[in-house]
Amino acid sequence: MSEIAEKVKAIIIDKLGVEASEVTPEASFTNDLGADSLDTVELIMEFEKEFNVSIPDDQAENIGTVGQAISYLEEHAK
Amino acid sequence: MSLRRVVVTGLGALTPVGKTAPAYWEGLVAGRSGAAPITRFDAGKFKTRFACEVKDYNPDDYFDRKEGRKMDIFTQFGLIAANEAIADARLIEDDVDKDRVGVIWGSGIGGLTSLQAECIAFAHGDGTPRFNPFFIPKMIADSSSGNISIRHKFRGPNFVTTSACASSSDSIISAFNYIRLNMADVIVTGGSEAAITESGVGGFNALKAMSERNDAPEQASRPYDKERDGFVLGEGAASLVLEEYEHAKARGAKIYAELIGGGMSADAYHITAPDPEGNGVVLVMQNALRDAGIKPEDVDYINTHGTSTPLGDGAEVKAIQKVFGEHAYGLNISSTKSMTGHLLGAAGAIEAVACIMAMQHDTVPPTINHFTDDPELDSRLNFTFNEAQKREVNIAMSNTFGFGGHNTSVIFRKISE
Repeated sequence: MSEIAEKVKAIIIDKLGVEASEVTPEASFTNDLGADSLDTVELIMEFEKEFNVSIPDDQAENIGTVGQAISYLEEHAK
Repeated sequence: MSLRRVVVTGLGALTPVGKTAPAYWEGLVAGRSGAAPITRFDAGKFKTRFACEVKDYNPDDYFDRKEGRKMDIFTQFGLIAANEAIADARLIEDDVDKDRVGVIWGSGIGGLTSLQAECIAFAHGDGTPRFNPFFIPKMIADSSSGNISIRHKFRGPNFVTTSACASSSDSIISAFNYIRLNMADVIVTGGSEAAITESGVGGFNALKAMSERNDAPEQASRPYDKERDGFVLGEGAASLVLEEYEHAKARGAKIYAELIGGGMSADAYHITAPDPEGNGVVLVMQNALRDAGIKPEDVDYINTHGTSTPLGDGAEVKAIQKVFGEHAYGLNISSTKSMTGHLLGAAGAIEAVACIMAMQHDTVPPTINHFTDDPELDSRLNFTFNEAQKREVNIAMSNTFGFGGHNTSVIFRKISE
């Protein structure tokens, strides 16, 4: 797993209080990992901070699963 | 329309001298001080470097990490005390109609820790706003009553009262009124505060309101002592389950006491200084006595506001003598802030619990740290100095006053059946 993927997983485990085994690429933040709308906003902000990127709202809407977050950040992280 | 009777059927407390209601009472009767050097932040440069903290507080002992993280510490305190009171009252086991259960909470300040942390983080950044989405819901004072209702699915009236250090007495009176008026059968009330932060301590220091007795924290809160030099900041929470009398009887609830009256008034004098003549305080006690339908001679014990400030203590005593006349000498008076410190918006709630416990045990908790008589105060008054006193307590009054000139007074009576 890439370094970015590791960091993304760690943030999700920390913020959503879930087990590492639950954080699969297909796992949806809201449907599988118990996130509500505020949790999702917080996750996106943490990704922005950790990877020094700015994720526009219209693109953030497309980041709904662990895998989507990893691929977005692998593409955009500086 | 006749007003319904209101009784107390559950108690909870998380305080600097005990982390449950029974432990709190034990601490009060033992005359234990909750004051110690501040551990929550480095207070090295502050004028006051001690406070009454809730000892060894770890949110993980009460909440899973995800849940705890989303609540400011003042809401965590509130939920812990409310949970204890709700369990004590057996509201869940007895399957009480949750549409008729409200939560009316009090907090003078709200989520100061969260506000401070977010502002500091912003100031350290490059100007890009990165405010946490949980910041506002953690900070707002009403997140306490909101979280208590969400946890227990109580769908009745829900809000927070804010009147500085009178906040949770106002919440108790509001709860009393809503039940009396048949707008709810049960209300979880109380208050919580957690302001032992850099901004809280620094702000109160700037007002010259706090004791600076850093060499003897445990002796700093000394209401009615000649050498008193200000209040000691405390933190924590307390909760009371108030319930309509017939409703409580019908489900066989344990009834601690009846809430028989509440009074409110304003000094209309100064934003922080008390009226030295105590006119607003006279008025609030008269209002409470009238609401309760009792005479001054019926009162056995007054848990005073008594914060240990030079001006405030004297004004309240003067007012008590005006309202109670000769009977002032027959009363027990005590300020439990000598032990707990001043819990600001939670003071009314923890002191209401003290009044109820005093009736339960026929014991008056002391005013500790009395060393030197203040010649300005009438020495014939019984301030319950230094040690708890046994006496029959059938009616107890709790006074609380807040910056802004808000005064509140509530009166409880023993239930004997």
